[in-house]
Amino acid sequence: MSSLQSLDIKRRSATTLPSPQARETLEVAKLIDVSKCIGCKACQVACSEWNDIREEVGHNVGVYDNPADLTPKAWTVMRYSEVEEKKGEEMNFEWLIRKDGCMHCAEPGCLKACPSPGAIVQYSNGIVDFIEENCIGCGYCVAGCPFNVPRISKQDSKAYKCTLCSDRVSVGLEPACVKTCPTGAITFGSKEDMIDHAAERVVDLKERGYANAGLYNPEGVGGTHVMYVLKHADKPEIYHGLPKDPKISATVGLWKGVLKPLVMLGMGLTALTGFFHYVKVGPNDAEAHPDEPGDGNEPKVIRSSGPAQMEGTASTKQEGQA
Amino acid sequence: MKPANLIQRYSDSDRINHWIVAIAFVLAGLSGLAMFHPGFFALTGLFGGGPWTRTLHPYIGLVMFTAFVSMAKRFWTHNVMEPVDYQWLRLIRDVLVNREDRLPKIGKYNAGQKLLFWMLVAALPTLFVTGLIFWRAWFAQYFPIPVIRVAALLHALAASALIIGIMVHIYAAIWVKYTVGAMIRGTVTHKWARLHHPLWYQQVTGQSVTGQTPPPGQE
Repeated sequence: MSSLQSLDIKRRSATTLPSPQARETLEVAKLIDVSKCIGCKACQVACSEWNDIREEVGHNVGVYDNPADLTPKAWTVMRYSEVEEKKGEEMNFEWLIRKDGCMHCAEPGCLKACPSPGAIVQYSNGIVDFIEENCIGCGYCVAGCPFNVPRISKQDSKAYKCTLCSDRVSVGLEPACVKTCPTGAITFGSKEDMIDHAAERVVDLKERGYANAGLYNPEGVGGTHVMYVLKHADKPEIYHGLPKDPKISATVGLWKGVLKPLVMLGMGLTALTGFFHYVKVGPNDAEAHPDEPGDGNEPKVIRSSGPAQMEGTASTKQEGQA
Repeated sequence: MKPANLIQRYSDSDRINHWIVAIAFVLAGLSGLAMFHPGFFALTGLFGGGPWTRTLHPYIGLVMFTAFVSMAKRFWTHNVMEPVDYQWLRLIRDVLVNREDRLPKIGKYNAGQKLLFWMLVAALPTLFVTGLIFWRAWFAQYFPIPVIRVAALLHALAASALIIGIMVHIYAAIWVKYTVGAMIRGTVTHKWARLHHPLWYQQVTGQSVTGQTPPPGQE
C-alpha cells in the first residue's frame, strides 16, 4: 500500500527523527469476536476483492484452512482448530475458528527490525502499513514479527500483509472484512469503543458458561489494533497457536536496540582513535629510523677493530667466528 | 630503491588473494552497513538502490568467504601464537609509541596481526553460516523464525567485530610505513624487515639481527 496518510505518521521504519505528524487521528481497532464467527470465509473473499489480489486455488490439506497459510496474496486466513475444552463441569468439543492476519501492534516488531526507511509506517490511528515501494525484500520484518505474519513474495521480493484497509479507513470507511462479515463477528471503531464492546461480550460469554472468556489485547506489544474476544482467553494458544504473551523477541531487541547503536559508537571511536594516534605518535617509518642499519646508505659505525661496516654484518661475522 | 635491496614478503598469488578478500570486504561491508543502520542507508545508492543492495550483498559475501578460506590456508602456520607474542602484547604501550627497540624479536607477524587473523578465522565462517540462514532468496524458508533471529544477531555481531578489526588493520598499515606497499608490490626493504619482523628477516636472509639500540662501545 502506498502511504495515503502523509501527515499522521507516528513511526517510520529506519528513521530516527520525527515523521510528519501534525494531524492526529482517532486510534482505531478491529475487534474479532471468535464466539460469533461461523467460519464462512466471507472476510477472506472481501479482502481479496477489495485489495484485488488472488491467491491461487490451492489443495485441500485435510483441514478447512485454505489457503493453508497466509501468503503475499492472502492477507487473512481462517484458522480452524478442533479442541476439547471444559465448559462448566463437562468436557466440550469445540471447533475454534480464528481469523488470522496482522495484529497491528502498538509496538510493531516488523517496524523495529526493518532497515529500509519508510518501508513500514505506523499511522497515528494505530494501523501498521507496509509501503512496498520502499521495501528492499530483506525479510527482517519476518524475524521481527511476534505473530509470524509478514510474507515475502517470490514474484517481486516485497513483503505483504493486512493493511487494515488503511486506504478505506483513511477516507472514513471500515475495513472490507468488517463490511462483509455476515454475523457481526468483526466490528470496527475507535479502540476505546472496541474495548468497551468487548467487555460487554465477555460478560455475556461468562454468563453462558465460558468462565475464562476475555479480550486478547496483549500488553507485551503495547496492545494491538486487531483484538479478539476469546472464549478461552486464558489459553490463546489453542486458537491455532495464538501466542499467550507476545512481545518483540529479546534477540531482535539485542540486535536492533543494543548492537545497532553500540556498533556506530565503536566504529566512530576506532576511526577517531586511529586519527589522533597518528597526530600524536606519527608514522612508524623504518627508513627514517636512526638506529637501524639500512641498505648501505645509513651512517657508518666506526669500530676500533676494523673498517667501518654495517652492524648486522658485523654481528653475523662475530657469530660465525664463535 | 635497487631491486637487489628488497625482500619478497608476499607472492603474486598471496597479494591477489588478499585484495580479492579486501575488495569483497569493502563491498560487503558498505552494503551490509547500509542495511544495518539508517545512518548508512544512503550507501545503498552505491549498489543501485535498496533492493539491489539486498540482492548483491550475499553474493559479495560468498566471494569474500571463499577467497578468505584460501587466504587463511596460506597464512595459517605463520599466525600460530607463540610465547613471545604474549610478551609482545604485554608491551603494547611500547608498540603504540613506536619503541620497537624495547620489544622482543618477532617473526613474520606480530601478535596484533595474529590476533586479527584469528578474529577473522572466527568471524568469516560465522558470517557465512548465519548469512545463509537468513538469505531470503535461497535458504531462509528452511529455518524457523527464532533461528533466523539468532542468525541475524550473530551476523551483525560478527560483522561489527570484523569491521572494527579491519579498521584497526587498515590504520596499522597506514601507521607502519611501507606496509601497504608490501601487500601491493609484495616486497619490503631490509631495513623494514629487520625493524618490524627481525626473526622473519633472519629466516629469509640468513642474517641475524642485533639489538636495535646497542649502547655505545658495546657490541
